[in-house]
Amino acid sequence: MIPSRSPASETLSHPLDLTQPDSKTRWLETAFVLLAWGCALLSAGTLFWIARVVYQDARPAIAEFGLEFLWGREWSSTREVFGALPFVYGTLVTSAIALLLAVPFGLAVAIVTSETILPQWVRSPVAFLIELIAAIPSVIIGLWGIFVLVPFLMPLQRWLHETLGWIPLFGSEPFGPGLLAAGVLLAIMILPTIAAISRDVLLAIPPELRSASRSLGATRWETIVRTLLPAGSAGIIGAIVLALGRALGETMAVTMVIGNAVRISPSLLDSGYTIPAILANQFAEALKPIHIGALMYLALILFGLTLVVNVIAVVLVQWVSRRAIVR
Amino acid sequence: MASEERTPYDRALEPEIRDVSIELSEPPPSTAIEVQNLHFHYGRRKVLEDISIDIYQHHITAVIGSSGCGKSTFLKALNRIGEIEGNVNVAGSVRFFGQDIYDRRVNVNRLRRHIGMVFQRPNPFPISIYDNVAYGVRRLGRSRVHLDEIVESALRRAVLWDEVKEDLKKSALGLSGGQQQRLCIARALAIEPEVLLMDEPCSALDPISTMKIEELLRQLRSRYTIVIVTHNMQQASRVSDYTAFFNTDESRIGRLVEFGPTVQIFTCAANSSTRDYVEGRFG
Amino acid sequence: MELSDRELPDLDLQQPLSLPRRLFEYGTTAIALGLTVVALLPLFAIFWQIVSQGLQHLSLEVLVALPAPVGMEDQPNGFANAILGTMMMVGVGASVSVPFGVMTGIFLSEFAGGTAIANGIRFAVKILSSVPSIVVGVFAYATIVLATKQFSALAGGFALGVIMLPIVTLTTEEALKLVPDTYRLASAGLGEGRFSTTFRAVIPNALPAIVTGVLLAVSRAAGETAPLIFTALSSQNWPQGLLSPTPSLSVLIFNYADSPYREQNALAWTAAFVLLAIVLLVNTISRQVTRKHLK
Repeated sequence: MIPSRSPASETLSHPLDLTQPDSKTRWLETAFVLLAWGCALLSAGTLFWIARVVYQDARPAIAEFGLEFLWGREWSSTREVFGALPFVYGTLVTSAIALLLAVPFGLAVAIVTSETILPQWVRSPVAFLIELIAAIPSVIIGLWGIFVLVPFLMPLQRWLHETLGWIPLFGSEPFGPGLLAAGVLLAIMILPTIAAISRDVLLAIPPELRSASRSLGATRWETIVRTLLPAGSAGIIGAIVLALGRALGETMAVTMVIGNAVRISPSLLDSGYTIPAILANQFAEALKPIHIGALMYLALILFGLTLVVNVIAVVLVQWVSRRAIVR
Repeated sequence: MASEERTPYDRALEPEIRDVSIELSEPPPSTAIEVQNLHFHYGRRKVLEDISIDIYQHHITAVIGSSGCGKSTFLKALNRIGEIEGNVNVAGSVRFFGQDIYDRRVNVNRLRRHIGMVFQRPNPFPISIYDNVAYGVRRLGRSRVHLDEIVESALRRAVLWDEVKEDLKKSALGLSGGQQQRLCIARALAIEPEVLLMDEPCSALDPISTMKIEELLRQLRSRYTIVIVTHNMQQASRVSDYTAFFNTDESRIGRLVEFGPTVQIFTCAANSSTRDYVEGRFG
Repeated sequence: MELSDRELPDLDLQQPLSLPRRLFEYGTTAIALGLTVVALLPLFAIFWQIVSQGLQHLSLEVLVALPAPVGMEDQPNGFANAILGTMMMVGVGASVSVPFGVMTGIFLSEFAGGTAIANGIRFAVKILSSVPSIVVGVFAYATIVLATKQFSALAGGFALGVIMLPIVTLTTEEALKLVPDTYRLASAGLGEGRFSTTFRAVIPNALPAIVTGVLLAVSRAAGETAPLIFTALSSQNWPQGLLSPTPSLSVLIFNYADSPYREQNALAWTAAFVLLAIVLLVNTISRQVTRKHLK
């Protein structure tokens, strides 16, 4: 039998209604879409949830102390006097020491592992090992700090005090744990961040830039210093700011080697305190609402500080990578 | 067996019943897809302008033209798969057996099951040959035995059955490029589409595999409406009944230059640029 | 002779660079290599110390026994409860963060693409990943400990979950973006919807990379201390369920490191060895998964 040329709709093997939904999967599709939206909004919302909860619980202390909390120098839960300055000071000083030390080391590692000074079979393991530091839990680094780094730094600290003691920076008798030890330990911990991201930035610079500079007669290091580092500067600064964010919030290792004393001393050899350290030490024991409130206030300050730093870092790094894609 | 009780799979096993050649003197065949004044944008960029064309049922329509003339985009507009790749804006209408496929209420998944697609590069899933063919069928919730029948029937229609019947459980990635492409055709056939869109299906294949696919297309023509985009003019003239020639200029906006029976386009095209193109003078 | 002298430039290719340039070249190379070597020293020192100190007291006993009361020399002394507690809380964290993180990753990669909403959510998740872990601890304390009036494994696990969430989300998104679009097109071309396309065509191809991300998050969470100190607290006993104070390896190391008792210091080193072994093992497994996938 030869089929006749019938009107279109009759030649179809299925009844045709394109608007008919797939009954079996429709609810699944809807649920899936809603679930994905819900999860995404909730994940992003966690950031705001954290901000809200910490602010909410800090409000008693904010009402009690106001902005004066920021420059209050005393901290006593028995007398219910709370001030943030010693902790802000300790946090900023240890982070500054860490950056001062980690930037040159981190950049050196980034250059050595991205340029051709060493053969590939040395470069890759070096890059791998440096990044391995980031995988070590910070409590283990703190443990090593207590038993190895602090005793190791003791002779250096004594020498600094004896020869440079007339400078206030080294004006106090070294005691072992202190701002300097905490800063050095932090430097070790943030080094992988600086090294790894700067390395990626340097590797992402187009090779033509390198060959152009070399073909104009510049030596390897002249190329690095005058061409590559300026070209990658935004990304490298992003790496440093990211490392700063990590240093500000780092808790365990610092708590274990800073000495935990509420004081503001100009001497780096003196002991001190940081915001994360006092949170770690006192939260479990805090019972009075005003004490908890004061700790929450400190947490809010730390959250705000790291938020600003990290937003700058993420924006910088994103801007650099977007530019690299456009190029 | 009464014809009402026959499933599409039974029909698949029946011998060819249509005469392969078409007579130009016959009354015009019925239209499967009717495109009217189609304007197509990706985001803000206009890709196609004012396309009007009828895709005839149970015939092969070839779409030819130089690269960048929007012929692939045109194909992707017919089953709305372009929407996966980017933000799409459409003006004009595309009617599939009378129903506007760009109607707000259309269930695009249903539409795409009626209008199947085969892509430029073979893209089997990295699962077994059997599961590849069953991929689109499984969701309909058929019994296991029935599934076996469907897979076999689809593979037979794609002329792949004899080559793979022993290896159905093996990974599809072990097949040759030509076999993979026929597997992709079988995968599309398994869900019983009315129309098969093919986007340069042979461009990644060697000449022998290409020949097999062309042979396969001629067999499929009796049951399916096929639209094939190709940059190969011999292929278009060998397999198609109708040919549409697309072209573009510096604006990069694709336009339909000429559409007609393939014989006419290749021997006595009305438009001079069509003649130039089919004679290989540009593009 | 005179003619050629004038025509040829002063071509002495063997003339070395000027002395200052040479010194700069050698000097900077030496400095860079020196700094790199010094940068590697702490890593070796830490590993050496942990292996040498940790192995001294490592025995089956420490892995199966509870901590002995201080001064009881003849009792078995160990931290089996802390190992169990860490696993419990990482498990709670994973069961919170994996579903949410994977779904958010799916949303970012499959649903919202490059839209403003996706960029905003991705940005917030990135910032979330850099929130100090102690602040996450404070958050868990405020939401769970204060609400239940109880230090608990639940609070600790919740804090770990918040830390794992952005890691799982961002690695899932990356993993899904690596799946070629041809699979999505093939599936959609067969009339499959988003659910079916995502779970049958996309995720199976991204699974190894997603697993890697989850393992990475697990290894990070297992080593965290700050968010546990005042949420899960610690205990000398076996974990008593989700709603009571729970010991963990990391908090145990913190507590014992400061202890005046030598045997507790020694146990801290052993626990550090075990913790580092777990963290690096999970890390290495995750790398193996990726490598197998690439083959």
